Amino acid sequence: MAKKYACYLCKGCGIGEALDFDNLQEVASESGMGEAKAHEALCSPEGLALIKADVDGGANALLIGACSARVKTDEFTFGKEVLVERASLREQTVYCTEAGEEAAADRQMLAADYLRISATKLQKMELPVPFQLEQPAEKAILVVGGGVAGLNAALAAAKAGAKVYLVEKEDALGGFLGKMAKLGPQSPPYQELQDTGLEDLVGQVQGNGNIEVFIGNTVAKTEGAPGNFTVSLSGGQSLRAGAVIQATGWTPYPPEKLADELAYGSSPNIITNVQMEERAKAGDLGGLNAVAFIQCAGSRDANHLPYCSAVCCLVSLKQAMYVKQANPEAAVYVIYKDIRTPGQSEEVYRQAQREGVIFIRRGEEYPKISDHGGKFTVETADVTLNDTVAIEELDLVVLATGMKPNNPKVVEPPLVALGMDQEEAKRLTAEAKAQSDDWSVLNLAYRQGKNLPTLKYAYPDSHFICFPYETRRTGIYAAGTVRRPMRVTQAIEDATGAALKAIQATTAAAAGFAVHPRSGDESFPEFFMQRCTQCKRCTEECPFGAINEDEKANPLPNPTRCRRCGVCMGACPERIISFKNYSVDMIGAMIKSIEVPEEDEEKPRVIVLACENDALPAIDMAAKAGAKWSPFIRFLPLRCLGSVNLVWIADALSSGIDGILLFGCKRGDDYQCHFIKGSELANVRMSKISETLDRLVLESDRVRVEEIGFGEVDKIPGIIAEFMETIESVGPNPYKGF
Amino acid sequence: MGQAILVVGGGMSGVSAALEAAEAGYNVVLVEKNPYLGGRVAQLHQYFPKLCPPYCGLEINFKRIKNNPRIQVLTMAEVTGIEGAPGAYKVAVKQAPRYVNDKCTACGLCGQAVEATVSNPFNYGLDQIKAAYLPHEMAFPYRFVIDPSIAGGPEGEKAKAACPYGAVDLEDQGAELTVEAGAVIWAAGWTPYDASKVEYYNFGASPNLITNVQMERLAAKGGPTSGKIQRPGDGKEPKKVAFIQCAGSRDVNHLPFCSTICCLASLKQATYVRAQLPEAEVTIYFIDIRAMDRNEDFYTKVKADEKVKFVKSKIGLIQPNEAGNLVLEGENTASGERFKAEHDLVVLATGMQPNTALNKIPAEVAYDEYGFVQAAEGIIGAGTVRRPSEVHVSVQDGTAAALKAIQLVAGR
Repeated sequence: MAKKYACYLCKGCGIGEALDFDNLQEVASESGMGEAKAHEALCSPEGLALIKADVDGGANALLIGACSARVKTDEFTFGKEVLVERASLREQTVYCTEAGEEAAADRQMLAADYLRISATKLQKMELPVPFQLEQPAEKAILVVGGGVAGLNAALAAAKAGAKVYLVEKEDALGGFLGKMAKLGPQSPPYQELQDTGLEDLVGQVQGNGNIEVFIGNTVAKTEGAPGNFTVSLSGGQSLRAGAVIQATGWTPYPPEKLADELAYGSSPNIITNVQMEERAKAGDLGGLNAVAFIQCAGSRDANHLPYCSAVCCLVSLKQAMYVKQANPEAAVYVIYKDIRTPGQSEEVYRQAQREGVIFIRRGEEYPKISDHGGKFTVETADVTLNDTVAIEELDLVVLATGMKPNNPKVVEPPLVALGMDQEEAKRLTAEAKAQSDDWSVLNLAYRQGKNLPTLKYAYPDSHFICFPYETRRTGIYAAGTVRRPMRVTQAIEDATGAALKAIQATTAAAAGFAVHPRSGDESFPEFFMQRCTQCKRCTEECPFGAINEDEKANPLPNPTRCRRCGVCMGACPERIISFKNYSVDMIGAMIKSIEVPEEDEEKPRVIVLACENDALPAIDMAAKAGAKWSPFIRFLPLRCLGSVNLVWIADALSSGIDGILLFGCKRGDDYQCHFIKGSELANVRMSKISETLDRLVLESDRVRVEEIGFGEVDKIPGIIAEFMETIESVGPNPYKGF
Repeated sequence: MGQAILVVGGGMSGVSAALEAAEAGYNVVLVEKNPYLGGRVAQLHQYFPKLCPPYCGLEINFKRIKNNPRIQVLTMAEVTGIEGAPGAYKVAVKQAPRYVNDKCTACGLCGQAVEATVSNPFNYGLDQIKAAYLPHEMAFPYRFVIDPSIAGGPEGEKAKAACPYGAVDLEDQGAELTVEAGAVIWAAGWTPYDASKVEYYNFGASPNLITNVQMERLAAKGGPTSGKIQRPGDGKEPKKVAFIQCAGSRDVNHLPFCSTICCLASLKQATYVRAQLPEAEVTIYFIDIRAMDRNEDFYTKVKADEKVKFVKSKIGLIQPNEAGNLVLEGENTASGERFKAEHDLVVLATGMQPNTALNKIPAEVAYDEYGFVQAAEGIIGAGTVRRPSEVHVSVQDGTAAALKAIQLVAGR
């Protein structure tokens, strides 16, 4: 695009009193921005009118020196065709530095540098052009799994107008819902057992013209990317889909593993809750005079499933009601650790008590089950009475076993394996592979593996609090019990939400913009392939598995899989990966645009490469709260710390910058990185830069990575002060002035 | 593309519903009663089980809103009437005066000029705030509010005189508008159950008897103590902290249902205390610990801390003593004997009451006996107005509600 630059400087919020605007106008002009216009309050209607008039006159690349880009966003947006770059003269200049005449010179240099940095960025960036697939994007949605979640996902998407393919491995739809006799109480007054409603649900699915059902099929292969998946079924069909919902449900925890603790397998009358459901459905509950349910059979147990399966308490209450309804005189015991009946289902617990079910709270130890000629005795601690009780003459013992997701577990090698000694890396990779499951649901033809990456316990999510639908494979969403243990009613909601996420993914693929977390972003990484050395770093390090490889190890990008974090750009040693508005060259040039004073001026320069999602808002917050720090600091916001290319460190040090801080978000098991492992990658990469520093004869103390998020706001001034002291003790960068 | 979707409530469920619908290409009007978005989660110090700051996710969501022209946000607004039928509603919205217009730069001069203070709702009344204030440090929209108590008086004039941008509008009368929408998503959230209704806990009798939502603010950096956990009575560090589970929940005289989150909230708050005050002892009095699904791992972690004790007992009486401490009385279930225990800070784990139990939707909508909204076409409940739930369920529910709304408005 032909750029017509314009620059505006705001004097509001104390900026006008703190800075010399003649000087800033000079800097803007020297930086190629033309004659900067100053205004008392740029965000006022008059100020905005000033800008708008220039935009109407053709200005399309605007540098606005005012407040942080995080505020007044609506005001300073002038349509998709106008590039806007904000220099933070308020939060990152005036708010965070000492006031007064004495500090004026350093403050002025800070402001001037921010204008140079922003001007450089504006000069280096282009308007993004949305990516378009070769064929028009496919909007059909593939749903894998025909249980309650899959059926509801299919129906929800179809009702919103989407074409749906529903694939089920069994010869009938319904999944576990088909095995159930009844549902527990789900609606007011939460006391009555309810029909499963399966027949009606299946009828609706089969009667919906938008849904095509493939029973007796599994997914043999999933190739492609959002908007353009090609899915091969075991039955031979090939389908084109825009997005995928994996609703493959759960598997009961194998009861054979409870043979020692709970005598499973020793008698046909020691059964699991699934078997109990089958008996109830078969009407085979006659003649039961005494039944015991043992909760957490293999759940909440470090030797089996450490987590709580969330449904077993309610399942046992329901099954206790089956027994009571068949024989109101029957003695029914529920031996539990904690009764977990959340929300309105507390009433189900009360109802079971009203029906005469007896509850005994046990400790961590499992009860002892003994068989006395077909009648069982269960001996258990009763922690409420601080005693041991023996329940005799039991006809049936039901083990409330938990649920495992029907999803293969993926264990990834630690990131330190990247770039380390090849033999050691191979060993770690092999070790991780050995701990991973070998089977697959989707059989993804992805370079990083055929399965969805998993967190703990084989659940394929990535941000299970704030963004529960996000897997690490774009356009593929998990729904129902494969995502998290949940009840039928919750699985229905979950499936409905997943259907919307899938529809969004196809919409985004068609329009060429990103999905979460950079929703709407139209930029995407472009590869200058002539210079690629087939090092595989980008294909290995992409957190979303967006890049495939050909047989010669050339990267094959899939832009509709991409989340636009720039991790590939940070990984590439040849610097061949760029976005239209974000590139190695651009950030490098921004760093080099900082004016570095001579050594004898004793004014060090430190840059902070800061994650724009967590660190940058934290910096704004600290500044607004009145924190002050060194005026020698220059912040450069980044999409993700994982996009830091090592060449920027070299660029900075060779241009005389004395120190480099990297502010990323929390890494590790409880990571907060919206791009999963960007922060972690940056940390690993930085641990390997000593080589670069040695080559330049520089101290490794000059580069440091810090975790900064909303929880660390109050620590920011201290971290900066301490780093400045380190830099002072290390001394000036010897490259100054070269 | 089709008609607009009206979302009522700008908390986690409502924000999710609004964003997910807008990102699928639909126009959304988001109505929020507070002067800021984020709802109850904005007032939390950390989320369980990751102990991460809620603003990490909220920041991304607010960025999504800022970048999406399809979402119109109305703060300080409430729905006063709904007419019409699924597919074609006319919704009356009343917006309270903020007395600050969009020229506000959040520079803070009005707050400096004003001397009057009001009880700080964001900190659940634990401190006072200037009557011209930014609702909290991360407020979105990032704009000041003038309390109605000063708008008509000299303090209001001070605020106006101090503002260089003409942003203080003391004549602001608010607004009444009509929104046409094809579907309404009701995500009005919850209110902590009023602890004073549980008479035998004597809430209000001692400043050192607080609720779990207040505890969040005591631990939060932006809270009344800048994040230091102190006894509100004397500012001292507590040494023996008690959490009373099911304070008014699972109780047919109060909230008969289980509020679902209070167990995890107390486990989480126990970690706040233990991280800050290594000498402090924590006792959690409970009926059942309900740490569902992988939250169990968090329970396991907290249980491993020797200074966190779990006592299965329903506390029957709480009374302050002369030392400013609180004496709990309960029954030892094993021996049947009553016991007394003295603690210097007591946290009532009060539950969540759906806001639809307190303020009904102005339309024909079915509720259960607790006031939770039942499933229906057209006016779609989402989040904690449907059932007590934690954050991820609210997000899930908001997303599902968005699709149900889209099914109604698509193609219209």
